[in-house]
Amino acid sequence: MTLGVDVRSSDREEAQRRRPRRKRGRRLLSRRDKVVLTLMLGIPVLIDLAFIWFPALGSIVLSFTRWNGIGGLHLGKTCQPPPAPSVLQNGCFYGVQNYHQAATVYPQFWPAVQHNLIWLAVFICFATPLGMLFAVIIDRGIRGSRIYQSVLFLPVMLSLALIGIVWEFMYSQNLGLINTVIGRNGNSNAIDWLGNPHLNLWAVLVEATWRQAGYVMVLYLAGLKAVDPSLREAATIDGANAWQMFWRVIFPVLKPINIVILVVTVIESLRAFDLVYITNHGSNGLELLSVLVTNNIVGEISRIGFGSALGVVLLVISIVPISIFLYQTFRREEPR
Amino acid sequence: MLKGIAGAAGLAATPALIAACSSSGGGGAKKGSTGSGDITFGSNYSDPSTKGAFATLTQQATSATSVKINVNTVDHNTFQNNITSYLQGTPDSLCTWFAGYRMQYFAAQGLLAQIDDVWDKIGSNFNDATKSLSKGLDGHYYFVPIYNYPWVVFYNKSTFSSKGYSVPTTWDQFTALAQQMKKDGLIPIAFADKDLWPALGTFDILNLRINGYDFHMQLMQNKAQYTDPKVTEVFKHWAEILPYCQSGANGRIWQDAAKALENKQAGMMFQGSNQVAANYSAANLADLDFFPYPAINPDFGQDYMDAPADGFIMPNKGKNGGSAKKVLEYIGTGPAEVAYLKTDKWDVGLAQNIDTSGYNAIQKKSAQAIAACKNVAQFGDRDTDPAMAAALEALIQKFIDDPSDSNISSIQKSAADQAKTIFG
Repeated sequence: MTLGVDVRSSDREEAQRRRPRRKRGRRLLSRRDKVVLTLMLGIPVLIDLAFIWFPALGSIVLSFTRWNGIGGLHLGKTCQPPPAPSVLQNGCFYGVQNYHQAATVYPQFWPAVQHNLIWLAVFICFATPLGMLFAVIIDRGIRGSRIYQSVLFLPVMLSLALIGIVWEFMYSQNLGLINTVIGRNGNSNAIDWLGNPHLNLWAVLVEATWRQAGYVMVLYLAGLKAVDPSLREAATIDGANAWQMFWRVIFPVLKPINIVILVVTVIESLRAFDLVYITNHGSNGLELLSVLVTNNIVGEISRIGFGSALGVVLLVISIVPISIFLYQTFRREEPR
Repeated sequence: MLKGIAGAAGLAATPALIAACSSSGGGGAKKGSTGSGDITFGSNYSDPSTKGAFATLTQQATSATSVKINVNTVDHNTFQNNITSYLQGTPDSLCTWFAGYRMQYFAAQGLLAQIDDVWDKIGSNFNDATKSLSKGLDGHYYFVPIYNYPWVVFYNKSTFSSKGYSVPTTWDQFTALAQQMKKDGLIPIAFADKDLWPALGTFDILNLRINGYDFHMQLMQNKAQYTDPKVTEVFKHWAEILPYCQSGANGRIWQDAAKALENKQAGMMFQGSNQVAANYSAANLADLDFFPYPAINPDFGQDYMDAPADGFIMPNKGKNGGSAKKVLEYIGTGPAEVAYLKTDKWDVGLAQNIDTSGYNAIQKKSAQAIAACKNVAQFGDRDTDPAMAAALEALIQKFIDDPSDSNISSIQKSAADQAKTIFG
């Protein structure tokens, strides 16, 4: 609203203006305006509170409890040390024990953090640049570009769960395509792509890249189509080669789309879940924080407090790129 | 973006919170134990074959008790994953479940209705082992079984006769046979653990053979320690046969291992009968046979095995408990089990007076093998806390990757540490 712009000018002026402005502002709004405003602001705020802040804060509270999801919470009660049987120790306040156990006793925790970071690194350093490369090549109008475009985009239309299943056939030890083609499908020499903990993360990252590259390609292609052709013409007249044209002219012009792609990449790598869950429920070399949260909360295990603690760790990790992104976005808008 | 991720991290906890609001702890109240009329039956028998068998069972139950039954079938894994909120929400009058700690855990928290009065009527149909697996930790009944199945070593008769192998009954014979098979170009033991639970069966049987039933159950219930030297023995014996097991087990689903046995590339496979036999094509089924796991410690011989029992529970919050109990009284009879087993050919009934004339060879032998045991365990993931079973499953995959002595001791230590946090 207009209020905000004027208020900025200087503190003294602001102090003088505040009262009359406010009054005028209040007078300007009719009852109907107020109702509309309340509804338009109130409903999103309520939805935001109910579906984002309540669960997020709920997770944080639960992460300090020991609870199996049965019966109520007794936050006033502190969990007693053993030998009390576990079933009786339920819904009690557990301090930072869940975090402590995750970091010290739970063997899947540190591998999961590491794998999440590897996932992010591979997406940023490999999958996304690959998608951009596809887009640039196709944008140059090579012969059959529409066919390549469709083929590369096809994986994006499949659900991640389906991609996991499709690749399972490719990677199968004795019956899979890859081992058959390279002649390693015997009983003694078969490569265990999805079971070997040193290989399987990379095998799954190939699956993920297969889809991510197509996704980025389509986004980037849309951006490239929107570039003003006169820029290219001008660059050509100035004698720029293809490399210079891309990096000096096209890439800077595409800044908004680059940011969108960066955000998509970070989101896709932090929410990585489907592929590893389909492959082996995120065990033995494929641990990811999202899977550990699910494994502890959904299902019979029901260590709600412990799983929530892992969820909070994921939240904290997510907040880092979010903050950078928000900082960048708002900083850019300020000068205007 | 902030919304998306914070929401994703937080949403996971929402169902649980809602569940917390709607439940007040139960505590063995008898809400669902009376009332008559139609009942609903929650079923996880979602595979076509078991679904058909279950449909036959409920039809027979309706005609025997004149209680109308509406079946709600849910995908097997989904049902299992939702059980906690299902039992606290609006459950069906009856539902499918498993025997063992998995049932006792919910019974102890007041989510299941006590059915001692049902067992007053059906008790004479079952032996003591079945009775004890149907009881909660408080000694009351909460479960009516329908079938069980044995975990045994499967082989092809034709392979054994053509190569002149004989069925091993001791550990030495077993390892010698495995060695011979390897020489003959076979995979001695088909093996797969991608689904995490199958290898738990091998842990169970080795523990039962080496340390006996009592120690096994103590270990499962956190009354014995995973750092116990007795557990080291289990892993050491396992490490002895691991070179004869199909390599790359962590990346293979058990169905593929069963295929290797069916194709006669493998000599033996240790797994449940309702998995291996059910996976065999009808043409090859006549060639399939099995033997109980060979004896290791003479003190225990071949006295024990895993024979998981599936059956039914009555959620405390279910409606029309009076009718539901009538149905349970019918299910706990020989004729009901026969009705179910008409289409399910891989499991065996538990009633003592059951008519076994419809059994195939595998079923007949299964029933004998289970009856020959002094006691049967349910299965690693049914006899202990689900969180502990998951921890053990993950550690066993590590063992399969690296069966060295140093890794065994670090696995034992990690299992013991995790047991402290899970049971503590």
